[in-house]
Amino acid sequence: MLLVLPIISPFFFAIIMMLFWNNTKAHRIINLVSSAASIIFAVMLFSNVNNSGIQVFQVGSWQAPFGISLVADLLSAIMIVITSVIGFSTAVYSLATIDHEREKFGFYPLLQTLLMGINGAFLTGDIFNLYVWFEVMLISSFVLLALGGRKKQLEGAIKYVTLNLLSSALFLAGVGILYGLAGTLNMADLARKLPLIDNPEMLTLVSMLFLIAFGIKSAVFPLYFWLPASYHTPPAAVSAIFAGLLTKVGVYSLMRVFTLIFINDTDFTHTIILVIAGFTMLSGVLGAASQMDIRKILSFHIISQIGYMIMGLGLYSPLAIAGGIFYIIHHIIVKTNLFLVGGAISKIRGTYQLKKLGGLYKLYPILGLLFLIPALSLAGIPPLSGFWAKFTVVKAGLDLGEFTIVAVSLFVGLLTLFSMTKIWNEAFWKDAPSETIGNKFSGSNTQKAILFLPIVLLALITITIGFYMEPFFDIAQQASEQLLNPNLYIDAVLGVSNE
Amino acid sequence: MEVILVIVIGVLYASGLYMILRRSFVKVIIGLIFLGHAANLLIFTVGRISKGIPAFISIEGTLAENAADPLPQALILTAIVIGFGVQAFAIVLFKRAYQTTGTDDLDELNTTDELIQ
Amino acid sequence: MKSSLILATTVKYIIPLLLIFSFFLLLRGHNEPGGGFAGGLVAAAAYALYAIANGVEEAEKFLSIEPLKLFSFGLLTALISALLPLLAGKPFMTGVWLDNKIPVIGKLGTPIIFDVGVYLLVLGVSTKIIFSLAQEEE
Repeated sequence: MLLVLPIISPFFFAIIMMLFWNNTKAHRIINLVSSAASIIFAVMLFSNVNNSGIQVFQVGSWQAPFGISLVADLLSAIMIVITSVIGFSTAVYSLATIDHEREKFGFYPLLQTLLMGINGAFLTGDIFNLYVWFEVMLISSFVLLALGGRKKQLEGAIKYVTLNLLSSALFLAGVGILYGLAGTLNMADLARKLPLIDNPEMLTLVSMLFLIAFGIKSAVFPLYFWLPASYHTPPAAVSAIFAGLLTKVGVYSLMRVFTLIFINDTDFTHTIILVIAGFTMLSGVLGAASQMDIRKILSFHIISQIGYMIMGLGLYSPLAIAGGIFYIIHHIIVKTNLFLVGGAISKIRGTYQLKKLGGLYKLYPILGLLFLIPALSLAGIPPLSGFWAKFTVVKAGLDLGEFTIVAVSLFVGLLTLFSMTKIWNEAFWKDAPSETIGNKFSGSNTQKAILFLPIVLLALITITIGFYMEPFFDIAQQASEQLLNPNLYIDAVLGVSNE
Repeated sequence: MEVILVIVIGVLYASGLYMILRRSFVKVIIGLIFLGHAANLLIFTVGRISKGIPAFISIEGTLAENAADPLPQALILTAIVIGFGVQAFAIVLFKRAYQTTGTDDLDELNTTDELIQ
Repeated sequence: MKSSLILATTVKYIIPLLLIFSFFLLLRGHNEPGGGFAGGLVAAAAYALYAIANGVEEAEKFLSIEPLKLFSFGLLTALISALLPLLAGKPFMTGVWLDNKIPVIGKLGTPIIFDVGVYLLVLGVSTKIIFSLAQEEE
């Protein structure tokens, strides 16, 4: 039952909000309650998985592989917890930043259905069900992105929608062929039956379809062009939740299928993933170097950071995958926080353009500090969380003798630091240009507190992970062991069998 | 029958990809719809096509030989409904974008990529 | 929008038939072709027809409940039907059936409640889409 709660709780609260469609005050409160409830359920689920192993729930009492199974291993549980934390932060943050027009058109119910879709994607153990959750997530994100209907938003949304629909079509085709090969859709059952099929070449072909489909969703090279075209257009709260969670659902799916289902030819597939990882890191960070808009710089950095996670998967050793998972934990929190700080800056100055910003450190030294924590963490400065994440991935690469990718990742880390110092210099350190648009935060003190609360919360989490990384890393390592031992997953879903 | 369907699927994929590369909004949407149909037909073909053989297990507990697999058809039904919703949204979005930007040429939608120096 | 007298008169007789047919589809859906989705679409078609004959505003009055409310209730009904088995001590979404048969409807159970939810949802969404598109035309 605990497995269903992260899905039906946001769903239930979204329905309640829809029943009170015109009462935006009620929406705000219910949204907060729902997000807080999600955290509780997520933590309960996590402790359950952590204590007693992989949890499985057969929906409607239809036994696997005939029904839909919900499965939570450690990776899923970790993702659910982070999703709930990010969901709560954005729920608080949007109280101060979302305008009334958007609230009236159902911003909060959409936020909850988005979270439902993300949670569903993390929990499902059925590949077609994964497609359905992807669509739930996508349609919510489409509307959140286009809500407001400004020219820029619509242009960004067109690119986002087109490429994501293309990816869905490819995903669906892949699912169809996979079913034709194995006659089942349950991921555990697929993992058991696929090694026995007659033509393993076909399997590699399908794996490439999935790589492209999930690659578009997780914005890897050369499929990422929708991301920098769209992520800087919606309000800061929406950007933040997209930046933190959406691409990571793609990364999660890649990790799931390429450790469970497509492991017949790892020399071939995982080498491709590794090469893609290198190019993703490099092209992302180079794209960021040329930009002068805070959110565009951060968008390009999402891409380059995705490269590190995929690199963990591509190296395909216990340490590397643990590093990849640790990287996801660190990245979601840090990146969301950076977008939230960016939103706060634009709330004060009314712009994201670095040229028009400046002198913020003098006015708001605390905001400067709050920016530095995630920014330095992103660049991988010890002892913040990003350092340990990068360190693990690099160490795994060195252990395996993959020196090229290690060199690339270190170089990219350097360029990331350059980007972050650029934002710091331009927005905080240099003197404010004369034609500054806004100068002071316009709004009451409570609004200010609401704006800063999630930023402080996420910064604290970053620091905690940095100074106290061992338990977090332990969990990442256990999750990686589970991933690399698919029999645990298969036995948990299908029951221990003697076949 | 399978051969015909396979050809149709191929043609749908080819024309879908061609259309999605065009610059006009409407053609891009048509391309997306074609790609969705192609994927659906692909799943349909994968589930075996048979005429007049119901996919029911008889009282004796045997399934008729060569009966089509009903599961892919259920999948397609789901995919069609999802596709219907998503495509309807895409059409409205493209229409709004046309009204706001005053163009239906994708090449002119470049304000999101402008570099501001 | 003024439409023809013939259409307006015909619609008056067709709509009850369509609505009854939609219920028929809904109730037979579990074991025979039909179901909440098809039923909901037929019902939505009835209201669309009414909108064509008498204008959207009249149709909205005729529906007498906001489409948005309809589909919220539909979702809620579906969710409740999935939660009901918990009361019977069975896992989430398990089908629970009453033992006795009821005339006309047949066996009663949670899948029927789920189908009613789908019916309301489809009716709500379809009428919402049709009404807003038609209003934009005017």
